[in-house]
Amino acid sequence: MQAATATKGAISIRNVTKIYDPEGVNVMAVDDCSLEIAPGEVCMIVGPSGCGKTTLLNAIAGFHSITSGEIYLDGEMLCGPDKPIADQGADRMVVFQNGALFPWKTLLENVAYGPIVQGIMGKKEARDKAQDILAEAGLADFSMKFPGEVSSGMSRRAEIVRALINDPKVLLLDEPYRAMDALTKSIMHESLLEVYDRTKVTIFFITHDLEEAIFLGDRVVVMTTRPAKTKKIVNVAIKRPRDYTVLSSEEFRLLVAEAKGAVHEEAIKAFEAGERELA
Amino acid sequence: MSEAVQSVDATSRPLRRSVFQQIISNKTVWRGVIAIIAFAMLWEIGAQFKAWFGIEIWWVGKVPPPSEVFTTWYSVVQRPGYWESWYLSFFRVFLGFIIAQIIGIPFGLALAVNRYFREIFFPPFEILRPIPPLAWVPASIIFWPTTELSIAFVTFLGAFFTIVINVLGGARAIDIQYLRAAQSMGASQWDLFRRIILPGTLPSIFTGAAVGMGITWEVVLAAEMISGGGQQAGGGLGFFIWSSYMGGAMEQVIVGMISIGIAGYLSSSLIRYLGTVSMPWRRLF
Repeated sequence: MQAATATKGAISIRNVTKIYDPEGVNVMAVDDCSLEIAPGEVCMIVGPSGCGKTTLLNAIAGFHSITSGEIYLDGEMLCGPDKPIADQGADRMVVFQNGALFPWKTLLENVAYGPIVQGIMGKKEARDKAQDILAEAGLADFSMKFPGEVSSGMSRRAEIVRALINDPKVLLLDEPYRAMDALTKSIMHESLLEVYDRTKVTIFFITHDLEEAIFLGDRVVVMTTRPAKTKKIVNVAIKRPRDYTVLSSEEFRLLVAEAKGAVHEEAIKAFEAGERELA
Repeated sequence: MSEAVQSVDATSRPLRRSVFQQIISNKTVWRGVIAIIAFAMLWEIGAQFKAWFGIEIWWVGKVPPPSEVFTTWYSVVQRPGYWESWYLSFFRVFLGFIIAQIIGIPFGLALAVNRYFREIFFPPFEILRPIPPLAWVPASIIFWPTTELSIAFVTFLGAFFTIVINVLGGARAIDIQYLRAAQSMGASQWDLFRRIILPGTLPSIFTGAAVGMGITWEVVLAAEMISGGGQQAGGGLGFFIWSSYMGGAMEQVIVGMISIGIAGYLSSSLIRYLGTVSMPWRRLF
């Protein structure tokens, strides 16, 4: 895989606004939001429910259009004034909230899917490569199982492997560990950190969990309640590689406290506005 | 010593039993067999109540007892006409059913994936769908030159609408995340169709097939009764029942009914089998 220093995967979000217009009622989901993400950065996005975090991710992935503003990837415009919706591409891989491994394919077939449909590998080559990287993620013995046969933790891990085989510039994760118990979650965190240390891929990670955000991220971007804007950016200077011992350090606790203040304020605003959970 | 070695050997090897042994030792099979025997016994007692105790039980008393039915069955199976009826009904059911699959699955998928196709073809489809297949019988006798074709057409209609509705519903219900994931991994429209929409719709295709198969049998039987069985020998199981009824052979009517029950069971078993074979990932649930 890639070298341990990242040279690709810079995301530049410039003055992006998104207005949804279902049945003529304008809903502003994102308001003039700007954010620069460096190559190889782990950028954690935190904010109240329904604040427009997922809207931003969908705009980068090319699932939704934006109303105004521009988004660049490595200097190339993904979407902007003349092109409201970005092309979907394997340079930006998404790992979804509820998991999107194809249930009718084995883990191996799921992972081999990308290279096969893009035509960059033959069937056999893709399957060999898939088996190799599943093995790296500790899933060698489960490659012939269907997603319904393995635990949620394993399938989420396989999904990240499926994204990585495409050698993406950016990994877009939308609350991937939301429904998991604390113990599984901590194992998932360590395995993601391990993947990151190996690949140094840029990560755009949406979460509600502040401790998760600080444990994993280089920066934690706290968003306001809808319409989303950046409210506060917390720089996480904890050195890598990190492991679970970080969680009990003084440094970690101070950072959580710092971010918590900002998030709490927005959570109260969102609650008082009666915001429905859209995420 | 040698015994110990042998026993280790025996447990490490999967136990191989013949299919017959597996069926014999299966409790589910035995429960089913006992239930059928118990049912036949109650039926016999009910039907013979008057002969044995002098009191007639309402309804059951008019039905011939199973002992007589099975005696009749024994003589019926020796007549080629009975087997020709089996063959003819099966042929009609599968002809209509397979044509309905061949046209219905692509039609349903096209409705699901193409907005324009849906906007044009769905409204007339929805108006034709509520018309019961049997309401088509008079019209189809006029449309089609032979009785056989009329029966085939009505049978086809019976399965067609159910299949299309299931395929359409199944394909539209595919989680959008699968489509997005596939597209961002670089799937072309054709890949999307072949590798995502088709396997994602397969469970609904089989649901539609199972329901459609049931309707097909209903329709074939009714069509055979109405049309007088067509010109071919045997006339079909529906005609078998009808002509037995006209001839006053009540035992034969029951023989025909049970034959249809068995035929329907065999048909749905076949679909279930095809379903498990073609959807290995569903075996887990």
